[in-house]
Amino acid sequence: MATDTRVLAAEFQYLEAHSLDEALAWLGQYGTRARVLAGGTDLLVKMKTGQVQPEYIIYIKKVAGLDYIQADEAGLRIGATTTLRKLEGCAAVKTGYSALYEAVRSMAATAIRNMGTIGGNLGNASPAADTAPPLLVYGATLKLASQAGTRLVPVEEFFLGPGKTCLAPEELLTEISLPPQGSESGSSFLKLGRVAADIAKINVAVSLQRSGRNCTACRIAFGSVAPTPIRVPEAEALLAGQEITEDLIETAAQAGAAAIKPISDNRSTREYRLKVSRVMLAEALRAAWQRAGGVL
Amino acid sequence: MERQWVKLKVNGKERQLFIKPNELLLNVLRDELGLMGAKYGCGLGECAACTVLVNGQPMLACLILAVTMEGQEITTVEGMGDYDRLHPLQQSFLDHGAVQCGFCTPGMLLTAQALLAENPDPSEEEIRDYLRGNLCRCTGYAAIVRAVKEVKHPA
Ligand SMILES: Cc1cc2nc3c(=O)[nH]c(=O)nc-3n(C[C@H](O)[C@H](O)[C@H](O)COP(=O)(O)OP(=O)(O)OC[C@H]3O[C@@H](n4cnc5c(N)ncnc54)[C@H](O)[C@@H]3O)c2cc1C
Ligand code: FES
Ligand code: FES
Repeated sequence: MATDTRVLAAEFQYLEAHSLDEALAWLGQYGTRARVLAGGTDLLVKMKTGQVQPEYIIYIKKVAGLDYIQADEAGLRIGATTTLRKLEGCAAVKTGYSALYEAVRSMAATAIRNMGTIGGNLGNASPAADTAPPLLVYGATLKLASQAGTRLVPVEEFFLGPGKTCLAPEELLTEISLPPQGSESGSSFLKLGRVAADIAKINVAVSLQRSGRNCTACRIAFGSVAPTPIRVPEAEALLAGQEITEDLIETAAQAGAAAIKPISDNRSTREYRLKVSRVMLAEALRAAWQRAGGVL
Repeated sequence: MERQWVKLKVNGKERQLFIKPNELLLNVLRDELGLMGAKYGCGLGECAACTVLVNGQPMLACLILAVTMEGQEITTVEGMGDYDRLHPLQQSFLDHGAVQCGFCTPGMLLTAQALLAENPDPSEEEIRDYLRGNLCRCTGYAAIVRAVKEVKHPA
């Protein structure tokens, strides 16, 4: 059957949560038969095209206390229904978390960023999700809540495959927290799409710490090159503890590109992704190093 | 699926709708309220022809369940101005030849209105960035960008 995207043909029961308890109670009751709806920019597309058919829709954008950004000495805490646009407009994100800022800026159109949430970007678990590589390099922690309580999961353990996360059917992602960034740290994000504002063909984030001419710690994450967004420890290890030079950046970029296992799909070929990932990683490393106050 | 009552404000007027949860805001505006400004282009979030303002922010009516709009304020292009009293942006689009077939125009106007509310004097680059998701198959964008850049603000 051809899809008519003019309408939403699917039928479901609509549940509008006004408190976290209410949302969790419904999730506990309906589990896999329910889907959480935030901005709907992924979910409604998937429902229109018949990829998912929930019996219950639990709308969470009206849940009090899930839409916030809090910046202090402990770092940054972001409520799950915070929109991409709000993140983009937050000074603490722009100045302290360049990779996240650049990722959000690169995403979609203004209208989609007004609707879409960070929780939805993670919950959708696309290998191309643009907020994922930045969160991986910052070592973000996700707070997952259910009626039984809450648990904290490192973002690295969250993604299991395309569209798959470690969220249990009765769990809701409520908060993303990022550790504080020191004055000698720097991060960056780069993405290659077909056109501006496109879903990524490939995206990469870097975060590093500097002491003098040396890089003391470094994290690198790629998206769209594997079933989940991934870190590349092979390249990270080459940089950590070393004096940063152009040559070393090139060597690490090569190692990073060799370590990823891109596939060919309708957005790009494997060969193309391999080539371009080396160039992008080198660019991202230079940007992060310079933001950390390093010279080349 | 049971219908339910939803109260919202559209172009400044209180409206009560008795709708099913799977009804999209776009179709409710067009079919129930007779507001034909917002257009159906792709239905998938790719074109922004269906843009409306929700509490002043551009959003895509083809991806919004109308039931979620309880208590919100929606503005469609019909709420911007009319033939006798055009909004300065509407006048500027006319003056600059920024309308050809007109299909993208309501979305362009509303998105531009939101931009100017945030940033009254945007650069060309800022205009292009803000409008980057609004597709136009006719004009090549140059006239649209000029129309936004050179809009005469009401005194
Ligand atoms: C035209 C277009 C362009 C796009 N461009 C980009 C792009 O450039 N980069 C990019 O990364 N994405 C892009 N997207 C995808 C999408 O806009 C983002 O992923 C967005 O952040 C999704 O957020 P949402 O609130 O709309 O999610 P929803 O659609 O509401 O939800 C997405 C999924 O996450 C689940 N979910 C939502 N919130 C929670 C929560 N708190 N806890 C548990 N599960 C939850 C939902 O059940 C659903 O399965 C694009 C989409 C469109 C239509
Ligand atoms: S019709 Fe809504 S984005 Fe194309
Ligand atoms: S004027 Fe025809 S699509 Fe823009």
